[in-house]
Amino acid sequence: MIEIKDLNVEVEGTKVLKNFNLKIEPGTIHAIMGPNGSGKSTLSKVIARHPDYEVTSGSVTMDKDFNDVDLLELDPDEVSLNGVFLANQYPVEIPGVTNLDFLHSAFNNHCKFQGADEVSREEFEQMALEKIKDVKLSPNFLYRGLNDGFSGGEKKRNEILQMLLLNPSFSIFDETDSGLDIDSLKTVCECLNNAKDETKSFLLITHYKRILDFIKPDFIHILKDGAIVKTGSIELADQLEEKGYEGL
Amino acid sequence: MTEPIKKSKDYKYGFISDVESETLAKGLSEDVIKLISQKKEEPEWMLEFRLKAFKEWQKMIEPHWGTHSYDPVDYQDISYFSAPKKSTSKPESLNDVDPELLKTFEKLGIPLSEQKRITGVAMDVVFDSVSVATTQKEELDKHGIVFCSISEAIKEYPELVKKYLASVVPVKDNFFACLNSAVFTDGSFCYIPKGVHSPIDLSTYFRINAEETGQFERTLIIADEGSYVNYLEGCTAPQRDENQLHAAVVEIAVLKDAEVRYSTVQNWYAGDQEGTGGIYNFVTKRAKCIGENSKVSWTQVEAGSAITWKYPSCILQGDNSEGKFFSVALTHDRMQADTGTKMVHIGKNTKSTIVSKGISTEKSMNNYRGQVKIMPMAENARNYSQCDSMLVGDECTANTFPSIEVKNNSSTVEHEASTSKLSEDQLFYLKSRGFDEEKAISLLVNGFCKDVFKTLPLEFSVEAVKLIEMKLENSVG
Repeated sequence: MIEIKDLNVEVEGTKVLKNFNLKIEPGTIHAIMGPNGSGKSTLSKVIARHPDYEVTSGSVTMDKDFNDVDLLELDPDEVSLNGVFLANQYPVEIPGVTNLDFLHSAFNNHCKFQGADEVSREEFEQMALEKIKDVKLSPNFLYRGLNDGFSGGEKKRNEILQMLLLNPSFSIFDETDSGLDIDSLKTVCECLNNAKDETKSFLLITHYKRILDFIKPDFIHILKDGAIVKTGSIELADQLEEKGYEGL
Repeated sequence: MTEPIKKSKDYKYGFISDVESETLAKGLSEDVIKLISQKKEEPEWMLEFRLKAFKEWQKMIEPHWGTHSYDPVDYQDISYFSAPKKSTSKPESLNDVDPELLKTFEKLGIPLSEQKRITGVAMDVVFDSVSVATTQKEELDKHGIVFCSISEAIKEYPELVKKYLASVVPVKDNFFACLNSAVFTDGSFCYIPKGVHSPIDLSTYFRINAEETGQFERTLIIADEGSYVNYLEGCTAPQRDENQLHAAVVEIAVLKDAEVRYSTVQNWYAGDQEGTGGIYNFVTKRAKCIGENSKVSWTQVEAGSAITWKYPSCILQGDNSEGKFFSVALTHDRMQADTGTKMVHIGKNTKSTIVSKGISTEKSMNNYRGQVKIMPMAENARNYSQCDSMLVGDECTANTFPSIEVKNNSSTVEHEASTSKLSEDQLFYLKSRGFDEEKAISLLVNGFCKDVFKTLPLEFSVEAVKLIEMKLENSVG
C-alpha cells in the first residue's frame, strides 16, 4: 500500500501541493484528473524524488515486506529499486546509449537489489524481444539510442516496455495518454490491464476521460489547487465531461 | 619532502618501483648530450643530429600561446637520463631483465613473460629512459616486421632511421620537439615492409619511475607501401608532488596504399586535488601520408597528466590520402588539457575526419584546439569536424578553438560543435530506473564518447571505458 499523508510541496517557492492525502491499496487503479496547474505532475515527480520538488511537510510511505518504507527518505534510484515506476510525460532522449543496453542495465540493477542473479545480455535480449511485442514496437527500437529520435508515441511505448520488464509493484502514468493516437492508447492500456494483478497498484494522471474507455479505475480523484476536492467512481468522470472542472 | 603526498584519485599506478637506477646529474649541456649518446653507443651521425638540435633549441623560446598556466620549467633542474642499472645494455632475453622491473609491469597489468603474453600484441616497454623489453620477436621476424627500441634501430637500421627521423616532425618544428631531438633517450621503432599486414598489434608502454627526470621518448613508425599496422600506446607514472616533464615525439611515415592506426590511452599521474604534482605532457605527434591512398588514424583517450598539450596531426600529402582523429579527453581536479589536431590537406581528394569529445569535471579546464588547412593543390578535399564538450559541475571550463584555412574552393569543410552540461533531466531519468549517480553518469559519458570508443581496438576500448568510469567515480558525487 502507498500512503500519502498531509503532503505539502513547493517548487521554487510556490506551494503546489497542499495537505494532499491519498491511500492506494494493492490491486487497485486510481486516476487523478484535474485542470492544468492543479499539481498532478508534481505529485508524480515528488513520489519519484525529483530534486526540483521540495517537500515542506508530510509523508509518502509504502509497505514492503511488512515494513513501512519512507519514500521521501530515498534517492530516486532507491525509489525505483523499491518497486515504484514512473512512466514519464516527456521521456528524455539519450543518444549514444543503446536502448537494449540501458534496459539490460536497468533490469540488472533491480536483480541485484533483490539479491537475484544478474542476467546475461543474450538472455535479456530474448526477454526484451518477447516483451517489445506487447507494446507493438518493432524489435529494431532495441538497438537504437535510448528514445533517440523516437516519436512521442514510440517514447511512451518504450516507457511501458520498461515497466513490463522491471515489473514494479506501483506504477504512475504521468499523462501517458496525452499525445497518443487511438491505436497507441489501446496498446498502452492493454499492457496495463494485462500487468494488473492483486499485488500491483496504478496511479493514472490524466487530463482526459478518453483513457477511461480502456482502463477502468477503482477510484477517480479530482485535483484542484493542490488538493483532492472530490473522490468517486467512474461516474465522476462522466459528470466532469458534462460540467467541466468548474462545475464540480 | 617529508610531507606525505596528498592522495588524489585512486591512481593505482602511483607506486614507485625500487629499481636501482643510474641517473645522470641534473642539467643540460653539450656534454650531457655527448654523455647520453656515448652511453647509448651511438654512431657519430646521431650525435651530430642531437648537437645540431641542441644548438637550435638554445635559440628558441618556450611557447606560451596555450591557455593553460603552469610554473616555468627549469630545464637545468631536470635529469635527462635515467636507466635501471641492470639493463643499460639491452637484455638478451627476458631472463636478463631485472625481476623488480618484471614485477613492476606485472603490477601495471602488463605481463612481459612470453608464457603470459597478451595474445595478438607485441610490446616494447620503456622504463624511464630505456626500452627494457620487446616481446613476440619471433612472430614479427616471420613477417619481416621490425619492432625494437629506437636505440637499437639507430645501430641496426641506420639507413631507415636517417631517412625518416625528423622527416615528419622537423627538428625545429617546435620548442619541445627540438628539445626531444637533442635529448631523446629511447622509444620505439617500427618498420612494416611492403605489402605486409601486421598479424598482431604493436604496442609501446611508457613508464616514468625515477624522480626529477624528464622523459623524452621518440617513436618512429614507417609503414611501407601497401602495409597495415595497428599500434597502441599506454603510459603511467608514480604519484609525486613535483611536476615532471614528458616531451615525446611520435612520427609516422605512411607510404602508398599503407594504413596505420595509432591508439593511445594516456594516464600519466595528474597531480592531486590542489593541483600539486603531475606530468606535463607536451608531446608532438604527427603522421605524414606520403603516398597515394595512404591512411592514418589517431585515437586518443586522454585521462591523465596535470597539463596536456598535444595535437596529433596528419599531413595529407598523397592524393586520395585520408586522416582521422578521434579523441576523448577527460579532465578532473585541476587538470588542464589543450588538445586537438591539425589536418593539412595537400594532395587531391584528400579526406579528414575529426571527432573530439571533451569532458570537464571539478575545477579542470578542457580545450579543443584544431586546425584544418586546405592547400591550393588540394582539389576536392573534404573535412568533417565534430567537437562536443560536456561539463560536469559548475566550476570547470571547456573551450573550442577551431581554425579553418581554405585555399582551394573545390573543397568541402564542415564543422559542428556543441557544449552541454551533463543534463539533470537525463540524470534523473536514469536514476528513476534504478541507476545510482555514478552508474548514471558513467552511462551518459560512455554514450557521449561512443563514437570515439568504437574506433579503439576491443581490448583497449574495454580498458578505456573502465579508466573513464574510475576517474568519474571519484569526480562526481
